[in-house]
Amino acid sequence: MAKIEALGVDVGSTTVKMVAVNDHGEMVWHMLEEADPRAADQVSRFLAEAARRFGSLNGVPLVATGYGRKLVQQAARQVTEISCHAMGIYAELGHGGTLVDIGGQDSKAIRISDSGKVIDFAMNDKCAAGTGRFLENTAGRLRVPLQEMGQDALSSADEVPISSTCTVFAESEVISLIAQGIPVPAILKGLHRSLVKRVAAMISSVGLTAPLMLSGGVVKNPAIRAMLAEETGSAVTLPDHPQLMGAYGAALYALRIAE
Amino acid sequence: MNIGKELNYQWQVNVLGRSALRLNRILMARKAGKGQLGKSRLLTPPLNTSIWTKELIGQHYLRGRYANSHGKVAWVTSGAPIEFLKALDFYLLYPENHGALCGAARAAEGLSIEAEKAGYSRDICSYARTDIGAMLSGKTPVGRLPKPDLLLACTNICQTVLHWYRVLAHHFQVPLILIDTPFIYTEMTDHAVAFVKAQLEEAIIVAEKVAGKPLDPRRFKEVTRLSMLASELWLELLRRNRHRPAPISVFDQFTQMAPIVEMRGEASTVDLYAAMLKEVDQRIEQGIGVVPEERLRLLWDNLPVWYRLRYLAEFLGAHGAVIVASTYTNAWAELGPQMDPEHPMESMARTYMYPILNRGTGEKLATMRQMIQDYHLDGAILHSDRSCKPYSVGQMDQRDRLMRQDDLPALLLEADHNDPRSYSEEQVANRLTAFMEMLEAA
Ligand code: SF4
Repeated sequence: MAKIEALGVDVGSTTVKMVAVNDHGEMVWHMLEEADPRAADQVSRFLAEAARRFGSLNGVPLVATGYGRKLVQQAARQVTEISCHAMGIYAELGHGGTLVDIGGQDSKAIRISDSGKVIDFAMNDKCAAGTGRFLENTAGRLRVPLQEMGQDALSSADEVPISSTCTVFAESEVISLIAQGIPVPAILKGLHRSLVKRVAAMISSVGLTAPLMLSGGVVKNPAIRAMLAEETGSAVTLPDHPQLMGAYGAALYALRIAE
Repeated sequence: MNIGKELNYQWQVNVLGRSALRLNRILMARKAGKGQLGKSRLLTPPLNTSIWTKELIGQHYLRGRYANSHGKVAWVTSGAPIEFLKALDFYLLYPENHGALCGAARAAEGLSIEAEKAGYSRDICSYARTDIGAMLSGKTPVGRLPKPDLLLACTNICQTVLHWYRVLAHHFQVPLILIDTPFIYTEMTDHAVAFVKAQLEEAIIVAEKVAGKPLDPRRFKEVTRLSMLASELWLELLRRNRHRPAPISVFDQFTQMAPIVEMRGEASTVDLYAAMLKEVDQRIEQGIGVVPEERLRLLWDNLPVWYRLRYLAEFLGAHGAVIVASTYTNAWAELGPQMDPEHPMESMARTYMYPILNRGTGEKLATMRQMIQDYHLDGAILHSDRSCKPYSVGQMDQRDRLMRQDDLPALLLEADHNDPRSYSEEQVANRLTAFMEMLEAA
C-alpha cells in the first residue's frame, strides 16, 4: 500500500474533494462528493476513509482550500483556492500560462509564471453568470441532462444569441425561445456562448499567456472547451483530473508543512 | 443679533460643550498614558494627537448644532473654494464629511434608504443619498445640522454635486453658487484660470450679500495662508511614510484628514497638524511603525470603505501589510503648493482646478507611479467604488498598466464608500487573502 505524506481538501460550493500525495508530491488517492452543508462532518468522513485505506493519519498534515476552508477545523492551515489551483496545475502540467477554473458557483482566471508563481488573478463569485450554475439552471429548463448539454450544443450549426447575462433572466429568455419553436441545440449553443464570453472577458482582464489551461467541473463539457479555444484563439490544455487541482495544490502545501 | 439666542450659543458651545469635550480629551489622554488607547492587538496604538483631532471635530459639529442662532451658514462641497466664505465668517458644513461620519458610525445605510424611499436611485453617490436622507428625515448621529443660508458647489470633484446641490437649493430655498472648473486633460490653461476667477468674483458678491458685510482683503489673505499651511503640513505628514516602518497608516490618515477638509483655513487645524507631525517624527525616531513587523507596503486608490476601516486595517495588519500611500489623502496635500496668500483670487482659481478628479486619468496613473518610487511599494489596492464613478473610471486600465509596465501587483477591490449593501465581506476577504498570498510568495 502506498504511503501518504500529506492531504489537501477543497471544500467548494458544489463539490468537496480530497487528495492525498506521497513524498514525491504525486497524487496517490482522491475522493469527491457533492457538497454537504455540514462541511465539517463531511471532511471527517473523508478523513476516516483515508485512514481506513492508509492507516493512521497521525503526522499527516491537512491543508484546506475552497470557500468552506474555514470550516475545516482539522486543517493545519488554510490557503485560498487561487494559490492552491496555481500550485496544483503547475505541479501537474509543469509549466506556467493562464489557468481558468470554472466551478459550480464561481470561476476564476489565474496567470501563472514560468516558475509557478501567481502573477495575477480575477474571480467571479458574485454572480452566477460565468459559472456552472448558469448552464445548470437554464439547461434544467430545456430538460437536457447536464452530461449531454455540451455535445448537443456542438451538434448544432445554428446558434441563437442569449441577450440576458443574468441567470434568472436568461431562464425566462430560454422559455420564450422554446415557445417560438427554436430548436433546443441552437439555444444550448447560445447559452454556452454566453458563459464562454463572460469567462473570456475574465481571461483578458488578467491577460492570456499561452497555453490556456482549464480546470474545474464545468470543463468536462466539450462545448465549453471548444468554444473557449475559439473565443480566445488559444489551444487549451487540461490536466487528468480537472476537478482536483485545488485539492491537489492544497495537499502540496501540506507537504511543505510535512517537510 | 438676537441677544438671547447668542447667549444660548455661547453657553452651549463655549461653556458647556467645550468643557465636555475637554474633559473627554483629558480622559482619553489618561487612557493613552496607560497604553489603553485602541483595542487592537495587531496594530500599534493610535497617535496621541488623534485625541485632539476628535476634540476639534466634536467642536466643529457642536458649533454647527447652534450655528443658525450665531451667524450665517453655508453648505459646501469637499473641494470647494471656501477661503472667501471663511473670511466672511460663514460656518461651513461639508455634507460629504457628514456623510462619511454617518458611514463610519454605521448610520449611512438607514439614511440612504430614507432617500431611496423618496425616489432617489441607488445608483446615485452614497454620500448624496446619506445626506439627502438626513435632510429629509432630520436624523443624524451628530444631533442636528444647521440649515444653510447659502450653498456652494464646485464641479472639480464630480457632476453629482451639481444635481445634489440643486436638490438642496430647492429644499432649503436658498441661493446656490456654482463654480464650474474646466476639466484639465493635459494642462491648466490661462483662459481656464481666468474663467474660474471671474466666477469667484461673482460668487463673492453673492456671499457678501448673504453675509451682510464686505469681504476684508486682509482676512481673505490670512485664511488662504492658514489653508496653505495646513495643506503643507498634511503633505509633510503623508511624506513621513517614506520611512520604513511607516509611522501612520492610510487608514489613520482617513480619520485624521477630517480637519484638512472641513476645517481648512482655521488656525487650530494648522496647530493640530504641526503637533501631529512632531509626534510622527518621534515615532520615526523610536522606530515605531503601524504594525509591529512591517512586511508589505501598499497603496490605496479611491475613497475609503468608511464602515469597515478598522476591519480592513486589521486584516492587512495580520499579514504585516500596511497601506502607506493613497491618492485620496494625497488630494488635499497636493493643494498647498498651488496656494499663494498674496494673490488669493488667482490662487483659489488654480488650487481648486487642481484636484485629482478634475484632471485626466493619466494624471492619477502618474501620481501612483510616483508613489511607487517614493514609498517603495510592494502592491496596490484599487478600491472600485460602486457609487463614486469619477474616481473609479479608468481603474481597469490603471491597474493593467501598473501590472504590466511597472511590475506592481495590483488588486481591484469592489465595494462602496458608504453603502454596505454594495460590499460583500466574504468575497473581499477572499480576494485580499489571495492577494496577500501572492505578494508573500513573490
Ligand atoms: S460621486 Fe464621488 S466625488 Fe462625487 S460626491 Fe460622491 S464620492 Fe464625492
